Amino acid sequence: MSNIILKASNISKQYRLGLVGTGTISHDLNRWWHRVRGKEDPFLKIGDVNDRSSKAESNYVWALKNINFEVHQGEVLGIIGKNGAGKSTLLKILSRVTSPTTGDIKTKGRIASLLEVGTGFHPELTGRENIYLNGAILGMTKTEIQTKEEEIIDFSGCTRYVDTPVKRYSSGMRVRLAFAVAAFLEPDILVIDEVLAVGDAEFQKKAIGKMQDISKGEGKTVLFVSHNMDSILRLCSRVILLKNGLIVEDGPVAKIIETYLQSEFGTNSKKTWASSENKNQLVNILEVKAHDEHYSVKDNFKLTESVGLTLTYRVLKPGKKIHSAFNFYNLSGVNIFDSHENNTKHYHLKKRKGVYETTVWVNKNLFSEGVIMVGVALVTHDPFVVHFHEKESIAFNLIDDMVDSPTRGDYVGSLPGIIRPLLKWESKIKS
Amino acid sequence: MSVKKEDEWLYTISSKRKLIDFNFKEIWRYRDLLVLFVKRDIITVYKQTILGPLWYLIQPLFTALTFTIIFNKVANIETGTVPPFLFNLAGVSIWNYFNTCLTSTSDTFKSNAAIFGKVYFPRIIVPLSIIISNLMKFVIQLLIFTAFYIYYYSNGSAIHLDNIIVFFPILVVLMGLLGLGIGMIISSMVTKYRDLKFLVSFGVQLLMYVSAVMYPLALMRDKLPKIAWVVEYNPLAYIIETARFMLLGTGTFSWFGILYTVAVTLIILFFGIVIFNRTEKTFIDTV
Repeated sequence: MSNIILKASNISKQYRLGLVGTGTISHDLNRWWHRVRGKEDPFLKIGDVNDRSSKAESNYVWALKNINFEVHQGEVLGIIGKNGAGKSTLLKILSRVTSPTTGDIKTKGRIASLLEVGTGFHPELTGRENIYLNGAILGMTKTEIQTKEEEIIDFSGCTRYVDTPVKRYSSGMRVRLAFAVAAFLEPDILVIDEVLAVGDAEFQKKAIGKMQDISKGEGKTVLFVSHNMDSILRLCSRVILLKNGLIVEDGPVAKIIETYLQSEFGTNSKKTWASSENKNQLVNILEVKAHDEHYSVKDNFKLTESVGLTLTYRVLKPGKKIHSAFNFYNLSGVNIFDSHENNTKHYHLKKRKGVYETTVWVNKNLFSEGVIMVGVALVTHDPFVVHFHEKESIAFNLIDDMVDSPTRGDYVGSLPGIIRPLLKWESKIKS
Repeated sequence: MSVKKEDEWLYTISSKRKLIDFNFKEIWRYRDLLVLFVKRDIITVYKQTILGPLWYLIQPLFTALTFTIIFNKVANIETGTVPPFLFNLAGVSIWNYFNTCLTSTSDTFKSNAAIFGKVYFPRIIVPLSIIISNLMKFVIQLLIFTAFYIYYYSNGSAIHLDNIIVFFPILVVLMGLLGLGIGMIISSMVTKYRDLKFLVSFGVQLLMYVSAVMYPLALMRDKLPKIAWVVEYNPLAYIIETARFMLLGTGTFSWFGILYTVAVTLIILFFGIVIFNRTEKTFIDTV
């Protein structure tokens, strides 16, 4: 096993909720008085698990609690979790922006962070001056920057503007320049938070490529936080899943992403709603499920199977036309397509009270492999009203088992793309 | 074996705090950043201004002129044999150095919150860069002082440099460190208690009046012996008084005053560093 470069033991971080006000000074004094007498901090004992949606019982929360992990040299570790799971707090502690409430992190290398690039740019200074300033802020020495200056400018693609004040730059150019500086950093451990969400498509591709080089080619250790499951899949070898400040799982990337989707979005291939969750007076959603041609619900489909989605709902007030609709997303959050109920038997009928069921069939040989997340909606088309919409209700997995695949023929290499439809091909012998 | 392994760690990010965590080696590694910050501060302040660095000179000149009219011509404060304008210019220049050091360092955490929230570097670099860039401005202001000095001297004013002028740089450093110390204390507390922000802006104003900027120390002892202690226990008053003694040969010089000032400066600086260190670890949670 390669050697451990970073070791976090028992990391916790406590935050105070609400306003910093008059209570602060009395709590501070109380804390100080306990410390003077050699007692434990009284406010460390209290504090809830950090669940954003539930009502807090005390004024203190644990953004992180008892986090333990080790990172090996050259590993690309992804950190995923919902908003508020503690990802950014963890990165902030790792990059020494704030210190943990308890526990410690030991490291054998220099850590540099790339949390939202571009901070530290001074608008009045030129691009070149800012390269030096930003490089120094990130921990480079002047000579280090000097040797890489040309490469940085070249990578950023801002050669023409490099002697113009940064305040005249477009926001995209700023990001390019900032990322370029950071990409040529040479720390032992690089911490990256969601940088790829910026810049145009061309630059994103360049940035991901550069990060792959950093992690794979140069053997650097990278800690990477992202919501973009595609880039996590592509870059990381290991993933930590955080939930409410705790590590839920730590392991190989594919397995954790599956757990994440199931536990975080509750995305199985079937979801039911309790009647208490429904607030709508007109129509209540009851159930949505993904199933095969025999109506058996399942998580994994072959590309050569058609996928059926069935939505069950209860109409509470008569007299409205109500239609079903689905959104289909892939792991990167790309909306592959939407589909609205259109030619069903009851399409033009004003619905009476009762329970209804609609099914849509997605053609076989249409999706590409991977996880598909499904959003459901109940709408009225004329006039258009949305009664219910949930973006990520269920998810299912499409598997390319390579057997009798009509979209492949005898080809066994990679077939990238968001969809993989079966198209009609023609060929003739001309002479 | 395990003991040996512990030694290999480069550094530890810990929840425990040492009282003084002053890592010279680390600051030295970031020396280029210090230089760049100083450069940035100096270059950018007067970008897109017509007079540019001349503003460094205009401000003390007009302040000294105003003081001369109000305090010397109208209120008849005696400056001895020294021309009142020169007397005030010396006081104002030195006071300005302290003033800018204090007010800009006291804003360290708040105005740099965005960058401190993203990357780590030794935070003390920022206040250090502030006192250094202000020192540059002070040196420029000293040049204009020198010009007026030569003018008055050649016109036969009774001014002379004292021999102990060689210690003048130490006096300036002392002034800078005092501004740094107080500034660091305030910057640390202001992250949590914003009230201090208001205190700084008028507190510094009031402080000027008890720092013997526009009057000699002796005058206070003479006219208001009952409350002269306010000025006498103010280390700033000693620095300004001593500086005038060195530059103009007027006023009093006392070893007690100097030693007292050095002691107070070191104590304040010590507390400043301790509090600053403590704040830099978690201020981002409260700012």
